[in-house]
Amino acid sequence: MGAVIKAENLSKAYQLGEIGTGTISRDLERFWARVTGKEDPFLKIGEVNDRAVKGKGDIVWSLKDLNFEIERGDAVGIIGSNGAGKSTLLKILSRVTAPTTGSVKLKGRIASLLEVGTGFHPELSGKENIYLNGAILGMRKAEIKRKFDEIVDFSGVERYIDTPVKRYSSGMYVRLAFAVAAHLESEIMIVDEVLAVGDAEFQKKCLGKMGDVAENDGRTVLFVSHNMAAIQKICRNVIFMNKGMIGAMGDMALILPKYLQSTSAQKASFAIPLPDNYERILCYANKLQIEDTDGNSIQEIPTGKAWQIRVFFKINTRAAHFIIALGINNMVDVNIRTSWSKPKDMAEGNYEAIFKEDNLIFAPGTYSLILGLSNHERAIQYVENVASFTISDISEATLDDTIIKRNNVGLILNPMQIDIFPGTDNAH
Amino acid sequence: MNSPEQENWDVELTPKNNVFDLKIRDVWHYRDLLALLVRRDFVSFYKQTILGSLWFFIQPFFTTIIYTLIFGNLAGIPVDHLPQPLFYLAGITAWNYFSDCLTKTSSVFTTNAGLFGKVYFPRLIVPLSLVVSNLVRFGVQLCLFFLMIGFYAVKGANVHPNAYLLLFPFLLLLMAALGLGMIISALTTKYRDLSFLIAFGIQLMMYLTTVIYPLSYVKAKFSDYRWLVEYNPMTSIIEAFRYGFLGEGTFTTPSLMATSAMIFLILLVGVVIFNRVERTFVDTV
Repeated sequence: MGAVIKAENLSKAYQLGEIGTGTISRDLERFWARVTGKEDPFLKIGEVNDRAVKGKGDIVWSLKDLNFEIERGDAVGIIGSNGAGKSTLLKILSRVTAPTTGSVKLKGRIASLLEVGTGFHPELSGKENIYLNGAILGMRKAEIKRKFDEIVDFSGVERYIDTPVKRYSSGMYVRLAFAVAAHLESEIMIVDEVLAVGDAEFQKKCLGKMGDVAENDGRTVLFVSHNMAAIQKICRNVIFMNKGMIGAMGDMALILPKYLQSTSAQKASFAIPLPDNYERILCYANKLQIEDTDGNSIQEIPTGKAWQIRVFFKINTRAAHFIIALGINNMVDVNIRTSWSKPKDMAEGNYEAIFKEDNLIFAPGTYSLILGLSNHERAIQYVENVASFTISDISEATLDDTIIKRNNVGLILNPMQIDIFPGTDNAH
Repeated sequence: MNSPEQENWDVELTPKNNVFDLKIRDVWHYRDLLALLVRRDFVSFYKQTILGSLWFFIQPFFTTIIYTLIFGNLAGIPVDHLPQPLFYLAGITAWNYFSDCLTKTSSVFTTNAGLFGKVYFPRLIVPLSLVVSNLVRFGVQLCLFFLMIGFYAVKGANVHPNAYLLLFPFLLLLMAALGLGMIISALTTKYRDLSFLIAFGIQLMMYLTTVIYPLSYVKAKFSDYRWLVEYNPMTSIIEAFRYGFLGEGTFTTPSLMATSAMIFLILLVGVVIFNRVERTFVDTV
C-alpha cells in the first residue's frame, strides 16, 4: 500500500511559564546563536515531558524524536495519558504548528477535526456555517454545494439549518461540525477526541463513519481518544505515547494492556490501614493485591478475564474457627457478592489468602472491596472500601460471543441457558 | 521502501521553510474561503443592530463635523481653497481605510488564535480578507464622500475633479498594500507591549499625515520638520486622492513613485516575515 505519513526524528519543544521580560533577552540570545551559526541554546536544556515532575528548565520537549510510518487505509489510534504529546502530534500533522526539529512527510489532503466547529460563527445560520467551515477545511464552494444535502442528512439537524448556530445545543453543534469534516474528500483524516458531546446514537454513527472511510475508501484515519472501546472499534493499530515519546506502536491487542498498566489511576496493590492495637489483637491483614489468575498484578481487568484477590495477613496468636471474608460493592455501593472462607483453626504466622473469580463475568465498572477477618463469628478486623478494582470495557478474546453489549447492562454478564423451541398458541 | 513512487510526497513539514515561498497557489485554492470570510465579517457586523450598515456612515460623518469645528474653525488651520467638510472627509475616508486595515491586521493572531490553533489553511487568507472587507466599508464611505462632492458642486464651490481621478485604483491598491504590509505589526503578539504602541502610534501618525491640514501649509509653516510629513507614505496618497477628486493638493509624480516603492518594500518584507513566523506563532500567542 505504501506509507502516507512518515515522521523522522520529529520533535517539538515548548516554553513553559509566562512570556515576559525574560523572554526578550533569550530571543536575542537565540538570534545571536543563529547568526553566528551555533546550536540553538534554547533547545539544549530541554527536558523530558513529564507533567507531574517539577523540572529545572523552562523548556520542555512535548515530542522527542518520533519516528513512524502510517500506511494508506490504516486506522490508527493514538493513546496515552494527558500531556503525553498526543495533541501536539496531531497539531503538527495537521499543520497547525511546525516541528522544532525533524520532519513529517505527507501524501494527500488532510482533514483535521481537532475541535468541533472550528470557525463556526455564532451569528451565521447552520447553512452558512457549513459553507464557511467547509472552506476553512479546504473545500471549494462547488464541492460543498455538491455534498450539501448529504452533510445535512448526516448531521440530522435539517430543521434548524436556517437558524443561527448560537441557538443550537452543543450536541447539534457537534453533529453539524462533524458532518462537514466527515464529508471532506481527504486522504488523511485526523480526529481528536471531540465526539464526547454527541449522544450515543451520533457517536456510534461517527465511529461507524470513521471505520468506514478507512476500510472502504482507503483513507487513513488518525484518532485520539481516551475511550478504549471506541479505539478498539475502529483502529487496528495504535501508537502509545508516553512522555512525548512513542511508548509502543503496533497491533492494538498487544499494545493496549501496556497502556492500561501505565496510565491507569487504579493501583494493583493496596496497603490496608492497620488497627491501633494490631500487635495485640488476634490477627490482622495488611496488604491486598488485584491479580490475574497467574498471580501477576493488574490494574484493569478486561471484561471476561478471570482475576483474583490476594490478601496478606498475620495471625498473632493461635486463632480457632478463623474466617476471612470478602465483599464486593458496585459503584453505587450495592453489595453484589460476599464470600467466606471455611472456618479453620490457624497457627501463628504470616499467611496469604486468594479469592479467585473465574466464574462470574462482571460488567465494566469500578468495584470496591470490603474485607473482614473473624473468629467464632466475632469480627476482629473489618474494613470497608479497602481497595477497588476496575473491569475495563476492553474485552478478553475468549469472552462469550453472546455478550454483545457491555454498557448499560446488568452487573453480571454470564449467559443464562436460553432454549428456544416451537410452542403452542396460547394467546387468548 | 525506496521505490520512486514512495518518495512522491505532497507535503513536507519541517522546522523552517523557504521564506520566499509565499504559497500563492495555496492561497488561490482557498479563494472561496476569502470570499466567505469577507461575507462573514460583513454579515456579523450588522447582525442585531437597528441602524445596520448605516453605522458605516455615522462615524465619518460626525468626525467630519468635529474636525470642521475644532481644526477648521477653532484652530483656524487653512484647507487650501476647499470647503472645510469636504477637505476633512477626503482625508478621513482614506485614513480610516488605512488605519482599519492596520489595526485589524495587527491583531490578526490574537483574534484568530482559536481558529489558527485548530486548523491549517494559508494564514495569509485572514489578513487578506480583512483588507478586502475593509474595502467594502471604504466603498460605502466613499458614497458619502461622493454625495458631499455632488452637494458642494451644485452649490458652486471650488471643487474640480480631474483626470488624476484615474489614479484612484492605484492609490487604493497602495493603501491596501500598506495596510497589509504592516502585518509586521501582527508579530507583536508575542510581546503585547507593541500592541499598545500600535494603538497609540496610529493616532500620532495621523497628525503626521495630511488629514487635518494640507501639505502646502506644513511646507510654509514648519519647513524644518516638513520631511516628517513628506516621507510618510500615507501623505502622498491622501494628497493625490484629494487632488484627483477635489482639484487641490500637493503631489508630484516622483513623490508618488517613491511612496510606491517604499510600500512595495514594506509589503514584501511584511509578507515574508509573516510567512516565516505563521507556522509557529500559535505557540506564543
